[in-house]
Order: sequence, then C-alpha cells, then structure tokens
Amino acid sequence: MDYYSLLFYFFAVLAVGSTVVVVFSRNIIYAAFALMFTFLGVAALYILLLADFVAIVQVMVYVGGILVLLVFGVMLTKNITNVDFGGKSMNGFPASLIVGVIMGTLILLVTRTLWFRSDVPLVPENTTKTIGELMLTSYVFPFEVAAVLLLVAVMGSAMIARRS
Amino acid sequence: MNFLPVSLEHFLVVSAILFSMGLLAVITRRNTILVLMGVELILNSANINFIAFSRYGQGSLDGHVAALFVIILAAAEAAVALAIVLHIYKTYNTVNADEVNRLKE
Repeated sequence: MDYYSLLFYFFAVLAVGSTVVVVFSRNIIYAAFALMFTFLGVAALYILLLADFVAIVQVMVYVGGILVLLVFGVMLTKNITNVDFGGKSMNGFPASLIVGVIMGTLILLVTRTLWFRSDVPLVPENTTKTIGELMLTSYVFPFEVAAVLLLVAVMGSAMIARRS
Repeated sequence: MNFLPVSLEHFLVVSAILFSMGLLAVITRRNTILVLMGVELILNSANINFIAFSRYGQGSLDGHVAALFVIILAAAEAAVALAIVLHIYKTYNTVNADEVNRLKE
C-alpha cells in the first residue's frame, strides 16, 4: 500500500468518523468541534485530488468562518435553564432506516457505474492561476452575481438579526 | 484486509456517506443549529463530488470553480440562517424546530 492510499484512508476515516459524531453526539459543542475535523478531513481529500486552492478556501471559509459563526450561534442561543442541550433527536428509527436505504443505493450506484475516466497522471500543479482565469472569463457573470449575493446576504442578515 | 488502489469510486463513496449523514442530521435533529450543520455536510459532499470528477475527468478545472461557488453560497446561507435562528430565539426563547409553530405573535 502506497502513501497516497494510506493518506486517503486516514483522512476518509477522519472525515466520516467525525461526521458520525456530529450526527449522534448528545452535546452540541462536541458536534461543532467534530464538524471542524470533518471540514479538515474534507480539505485533505481536496489536496489528495490535486485541488490546492479549493482546499485552502475550504479551510479559510469553513473552519475560519462558518464554524466560528455556528459556535457563536450555539453560544447566543444557549438556554441556561434548559437541561436538554440540543442533543435530542426525533424519529430516530424510521429516519435511520430511510437514510440507510438511500446510502446503500448511492454506494451501490457509485460502485456499479462504469465511469468515464482519463488516466491523468498524479502530477501536482498550481491551480490558482487557471481558476482565476476561468473566474474572469467563462464564469464572470456567476462571479459578479456571487458578489451581489454576498452583499445582499450581509445586509439581510444584519437587518434580520438586529434588535428591533 | 486487502485495500483497492484509490480511485474515483473511493471519493464518491466517502461523499455518499457524508451526504447520508448530513441528511440524517437534517431529519432527526431538533436543534436548528444542528440542522444547519447537516446542511453544511451535504454541501461538502457535493463539493467532494465536483472535485473528484474534475480530477478524474478531462483535465479542465470547471469543477473547482463550481465547488468555489458552492462554498460562497454556503457562507451566505450560514450567515442568513444564523440571523434567522437568533431572531427565532429572541421571539420563542427556543431554537428547537418543532416548537416553532406560530407565524405571528
């Protein structure tokens, strides 16, 4: 077994294992911290897929932004008098059954399908320049729409969350 | 234990497991913030698919750009959703999704 497979299995087990903690943990803070390890594992999978720029953006935006936001949300909505700390689940058995069927179907489909694949050699290259060129040529309209969307999201969330 | 050499299917299977777990969190969790975490898991699994198909495809980086747009949307969605959750908490004094059942005061 080469280093690539070893690293893949390590980070895949890290991501999937911490995802299980996110879903089944009784404590919402533990779930938030497990989510951090999921994001880091997924970023490592991006690096194994030669997507260096996306991996860095994943770490910066998810771990540095979204996760901090979620933890702030937990802290601001924590009800001290409430013994139940958000750990309770509903409809556990039927939901697990349905989701298990969906997961089995997906894995079966994924492993049985004969995917197109090219034998691209495992040569790491810097993807930032190409992504930048794509963003400002082929994808310039979605790029601008995303900029406007972020502005709208900032203004909208500030308006919704302010004390009225 | 005999491991196969890592290929496209391995990443797709990891993505399928992450998607199912995110779906389970969205369905079963009562706390709205945990539901949001499930949504983030689902978006991450979609991103793994984008990057994996981009890696094993014809060598273009369009999948990377799609993944970046997904990350942008996830950030905007998390900000707006947490603002709504804070407002719900101020109004109802709870963030459990099944106890929020009135449209007006």
